[in-house]
Amino acid sequence: MSAGGDAPDSLPVNIAALHGVHYAVDDKVVLDGLDLEIRRGDVTAIMGPSGTGKTTLLRLITGQIQADAGQVVVDGVNVATLNRRDLYALRRRMGMLFQNGALLTDIDVFENVAFPLREHARLPEPLVRTLVLTKLHAVGLRGAAQLMPRQLSGGMARRVALARAIVMDPDILIYDEPFAGLDPISMGVVMRLIRSLNDALGISSIVVTHDVQEISQIADVSYILSEGKVMASGSPAELREHPSPLVHQFMEGLADGPVPFHYPAPDYRQQLLLQREGA
Amino acid sequence: MRQSRAIDVSTGLFVLLGLVAIVFLVTQISNREFSLTETSYRLKAQFENIGGLKTGAPVKMAGVTIGRVEAIDYDMQLLKAIVTLRIDERYGEIPNDSDASIFTAGLLGGQYIGISPGGSEEYFKDGDQVAFVQDAIVLENLISKYLFSQAEKESAAKAEAAASQPASTPQE
Amino acid sequence: MSLPRELASGLVDFLANAGAMSRFFLRVLVISPSGLLRPRLIVEQVYNTGALSLVIIMTSGLFVGMVMGLQGHDLLARIGSEESLGIGAALTLLKELGPVVTALLFAGRAGTALASEIGLMRATDQLSAMEIMAVDPMKRVVLPRFLGGVIAMPLLTAIFVAISLYGVQLIGVQYFGIDQGQFWSEMRSAVEIEDVREGLIKGFVFGVACSLIAVYEGYHADPTAEGVGRATTRTVVISAVSTLVLDYIVTAILL
Repeated sequence: MSAGGDAPDSLPVNIAALHGVHYAVDDKVVLDGLDLEIRRGDVTAIMGPSGTGKTTLLRLITGQIQADAGQVVVDGVNVATLNRRDLYALRRRMGMLFQNGALLTDIDVFENVAFPLREHARLPEPLVRTLVLTKLHAVGLRGAAQLMPRQLSGGMARRVALARAIVMDPDILIYDEPFAGLDPISMGVVMRLIRSLNDALGISSIVVTHDVQEISQIADVSYILSEGKVMASGSPAELREHPSPLVHQFMEGLADGPVPFHYPAPDYRQQLLLQREGA
Repeated sequence: MRQSRAIDVSTGLFVLLGLVAIVFLVTQISNREFSLTETSYRLKAQFENIGGLKTGAPVKMAGVTIGRVEAIDYDMQLLKAIVTLRIDERYGEIPNDSDASIFTAGLLGGQYIGISPGGSEEYFKDGDQVAFVQDAIVLENLISKYLFSQAEKESAAKAEAAASQPASTPQE
Repeated sequence: MSLPRELASGLVDFLANAGAMSRFFLRVLVISPSGLLRPRLIVEQVYNTGALSLVIIMTSGLFVGMVMGLQGHDLLARIGSEESLGIGAALTLLKELGPVVTALLFAGRAGTALASEIGLMRATDQLSAMEIMAVDPMKRVVLPRFLGGVIAMPLLTAIFVAISLYGVQLIGVQYFGIDQGQFWSEMRSAVEIEDVREGLIKGFVFGVACSLIAVYEGYHADPTAEGVGRATTRTVVISAVSTLVLDYIVTAILL
């Protein structure tokens, strides 16, 4: 699965990579010369404090936005050079799980999972049924096929979205904050699914999250972003031993450290004294 | 899937209702009479003044609608209005010395063409010209005629009064 | 900012919006043929915008007609020609009141529904999800709704006018005692088929405008709860003003 050598008929080591990517919105720099590699077959975690451009990163990979500078390469192809049709062809090989599931609210669970199949393939109905039920079974929700999205809990909705993301047997699965807002049991379920699907289906998974404890249990490689650049990378074990205080604060979830607790403010004593004196 | 069936039916009903409404508007409240697209023949009539006559106005005999005004044109050589009448085939025996006049329906109503039968034993054929016509009565002309005739009467009366008086004593 | 500066920037905003909406409209037109491949979606949207608006259109139509009956009769009685009630009512409703009122009601009921549906899909990432799944949300979500509205509006206009004429008749004939036959024959003599055509053309034009505005605002809504709310408000306001402006333009062209 993870190709090591440079044998001509083996697939590239990295299924996706970013080289020197810059991206800014208005005047705010979101990504500043970012270098990142997603190894084929790995569960790769992308972490960092809020607002460091993790979602932007995902949207660069799916081609929804384009970098100001640098290259975004997916499966050997520079995403920015693709026309609409090729971009759509590439996207058919990706699956994405959104933070809130993003199920289509006007159709039931079965139809939601079947959606990509109906849009992209002319399959006989029995085959569609088999595929959908198989994927639903993989996420444990085969019995919920007739429910409407509004009847599902957050965790269940996310699992259905996962079934939908894998129904076309993608090469890459992208998870945007898959653990956000879930109870511990659901979190455990999702964790298990991410890892088992990755290995069973032979895909590569990219997980954007800041649930450090959860992702550390299943990731092969983790990247921590800060100020638009990669601050640290490595396996979860390596990161826990990392010397940088910022990495340490992040991995341990400490309230104060390089990312300060206090928002910048004038001297405390001064401000209180001024109040008392009035005038 | 049951739900989508209901939607199909409802949509079908809605579209049907809309089309019925359109058909209703076209046939019931506008003055297209479909019977006239059947066999009919044309007559022409020349008028000095058609007043407020419009295309589509009825052509009546003895108050019964026998046709429609199909077209109104103006002839620059003759300096008259040329009105084309479409008469239903059923009324193919109109004496060819009948006259066509422009009448007004009611006080504020639209104007129409009334045909009074003549005595000829020959009938109008397709494309014939109606020889005897009566223009529309235009209110302003009527009023000015009245005033004019009043003025005439007065001056005639004055002239008579002056003539029947004895020779007036010459003034200094 | 000084007043002239504000007006200038407001003008620039307006132009930018108009330009963006034109490009959006162009894209919708370009992908229109693909809509015929999914008639199912269009039927659903005709139901959504048309059939579900029936109650409000018919009720309003009836009452507008009845009011016209009352007012018209009162007016015409002063000059002694009550029998012309049918003519006046028919022409007013057919050429002006029918299309305009229907369009305003449509914008309020169907327009807001479209804008909020699409806006909500934007806010919950459903549109993004579709893009990722390589489904063009313009084709799947926007186009059927636009076409549904365009089909529904002329039909709704016709229904409104027909029902309101019934309302006029209800008051004029049943209540005030105008002769039924005279009522309809007077009307028939004065209404040309061109008038019916004018009303339906307006219905179509308003349908295009209001549907376009609704789907545009929804599609470009801010992906937040307030954003969706703002989009629905803008839909109603812009639709109303556009309807009235277009009414003048179409009338001037057709007259």
